[in-house]
Amino acid sequence: MNLVRAIRVAFSALVLLPLSAYADDPLSISILYLEEKIARPPVLSRLVVFPEDEGLQGAQLGVDDNNTTGKFLKQEYQLQSLIVAEGESVDESFISALADSPGLVIANVSKSALLRITALPEAENILFFNATDQSDTLRSVDCRANVLHTMASRSMLSDALMQFYSLRKWRELFLIEGAHEGDSEYADAFRRSAKKFGLSIEHDKKWLANADIRRTAAQEIPVFTQARKYDALLVADEQRDFAPYLLYNTWLPRPMGGSAGLKPEVWSSVVEQWGAVQLQTRFNKLADRGMTGVDYANWAAVRSIGEAVTRTKSTDANVIREYLLSEDFELAGFKGAALSYRNWNGQLRQPIPLVHPEAVVANAPIAGFLHQSNELDTLGLDRTESKCGEF
Amino acid sequence: MKLFSLPLTQVAKLTAVAMYLTISSAEVFADWVYVTNEKDDTISIIDTGTNEVINTLEVGERPRGLTIGKDNKLLFICASDSDTVQVMDIATNKILHELPSGEDPEQFALHPDNKHLYIANEDDAVATVVDIESRTVVAQIDVGVEPEGMAVSHNGKWAIVTSETSNMAHWIDTSKNEIVANTLVDQRPRDAEFNADDTELWVSSEIGGTVSIIDTTTHEITHTLTFEIPGVSASRIQPVGMELTSDGKLAFIALGPANHVAVVDRSNFEVIEYILVGRRVWHLALTPDETSLYTSNGVSGDVTMVDVEQLKAVKTIKVGRFPWGVAVLPASAIPQ
Repeated sequence: MNLVRAIRVAFSALVLLPLSAYADDPLSISILYLEEKIARPPVLSRLVVFPEDEGLQGAQLGVDDNNTTGKFLKQEYQLQSLIVAEGESVDESFISALADSPGLVIANVSKSALLRITALPEAENILFFNATDQSDTLRSVDCRANVLHTMASRSMLSDALMQFYSLRKWRELFLIEGAHEGDSEYADAFRRSAKKFGLSIEHDKKWLANADIRRTAAQEIPVFTQARKYDALLVADEQRDFAPYLLYNTWLPRPMGGSAGLKPEVWSSVVEQWGAVQLQTRFNKLADRGMTGVDYANWAAVRSIGEAVTRTKSTDANVIREYLLSEDFELAGFKGAALSYRNWNGQLRQPIPLVHPEAVVANAPIAGFLHQSNELDTLGLDRTESKCGEF
Repeated sequence: MKLFSLPLTQVAKLTAVAMYLTISSAEVFADWVYVTNEKDDTISIIDTGTNEVINTLEVGERPRGLTIGKDNKLLFICASDSDTVQVMDIATNKILHELPSGEDPEQFALHPDNKHLYIANEDDAVATVVDIESRTVVAQIDVGVEPEGMAVSHNGKWAIVTSETSNMAHWIDTSKNEIVANTLVDQRPRDAEFNADDTELWVSSEIGGTVSIIDTTTHEITHTLTFEIPGVSASRIQPVGMELTSDGKLAFIALGPANHVAVVDRSNFEVIEYILVGRRVWHLALTPDETSLYTSNGVSGDVTMVDVEQLKAVKTIKVGRFPWGVAVLPASAIPQ
């Protein structure tokens, strides 16, 4: 064999090898589902229940969807789940899981745990998806380059609601802030959003969690909400402690939104437009219950990975991250607009449905709220508002 | 439009001819347009001569796709929530029987042999092939998540399924009813159409906002169409139903909640016009002479008639709630 031919053969072998390898060997993608069981504070109603398998079922549906697609592309997705019981250390459990060198992690943990594990030196080349925490600081001053957020931030939810209030010209507002963790952040988000959309919070009160109002709501709440004028109320009570009892008991008969009444949600079992019924049906079949926002955020994280692997043909976390943050990535998420990631803080752009228990009232961004590049960026921290410098 | 100066007599003559054509087409050449009303469980029939609804028929639950048999005798209706495909006798408007369609049939396409119906079963990630004569399932083919669009090539060689969540067009070889190739397209592919000589497959991507034109020999995308309408947010431009003229010159693409139909010049793949129609335009159908186009407008509950020569919306016709599928019965086949 002369030299030229030898080079040619070597060259063609080099070209053919990856192709044939791609065609024969399935690409195996392992995703770690990490969940911290969090003790919830007691609430007034004994009927408020948060599903035990919330999150995990969403991630599982994402894996099932990816595998249905994957069989045509020779991809196999596996979900490893690591659920940390109440009182156990997330850090220790996660460190022990590092032995399997996970590249992709869907995190359903508290903000403090997320900040600790993502800062570990071993986490540098891991891509995390935050599918639970709604803190705005995680998308701003506390952001991390290796964390993307499929859960919406509180300010995305509050902006969505304020756009609707603004559309309905409900300008003078009465805000009620709960006493549990997160409520003050949600209330702050309402204050910022009201300002952003030109509404004014005329009355701003803290709920005092010292009474069982189930039987006396009719006496207490009118007094608590007494004021001469307001167009609508806002409630920040993420644990649904007192919020369910406010409706129809306010001093002035006015609409209410936030944690009661009209809720801005990442997902809800009443969403049916844009083909959503198909996702709801698949989820119900799998989990035997309705799909929640946390389930949706987990599903969206796994589907994002699926799209990135399909388009880049790579399972490397850094390649996936780069693709997800690029302009090429978009995901159909049954919400009427393509989902994509903000390249300044890793937040998944998404429409926010405003719902009551039986129907969708509106889908934000509300038509007419314009943005110079993408109307979804009228919800939450825009490029200039986020103080994230990691991206 | 340019104005020509013509002698008055000629103008009068032309007007007379035009009037004659209009009148005669109304009387002699009127076709029937069948429209499924998804949320009324009915079908509206429009007479294209008068552009009025002449009949409303009750059918199964949540009717979506519909197609007319190659011999113009039978109408096939996807009754999605009844999990069946209904077969209606066009002469009597009676449902003759139901076909074993698999669960949640959404769209389908009839093979040119007028014997095999290819059905997308959205909830089950399968496509079902039914023999419409023996009313039996011939094959079930595993496809991607949420199969939706269905097309069979004019030469009968290919059946295409688009799966909305897998973002693929699956190529089914109809001689063995197996998938032999997959083409990745943009997000949420909804509709597939072959051009007249089966050299191109057009696939619309609702959330991607694009239309992919795919070479049928290589299964590779050769062109990607994008759309832009001044004053309409990009996220509302969601291509769904498509119609291609048989002369190879034009393509019509329904843009969903953008409420417009894009008209594409196929010689250079440029959009030459956006026609404003009703709200959330889903599907389209050309009349057999390809002089008019009928669009189903889901949210406004009406149908728009578009003049293909002028590229203008001419008339809006109120139908039932959430019109979705459209099919045209040629004048020659209208029952007497």
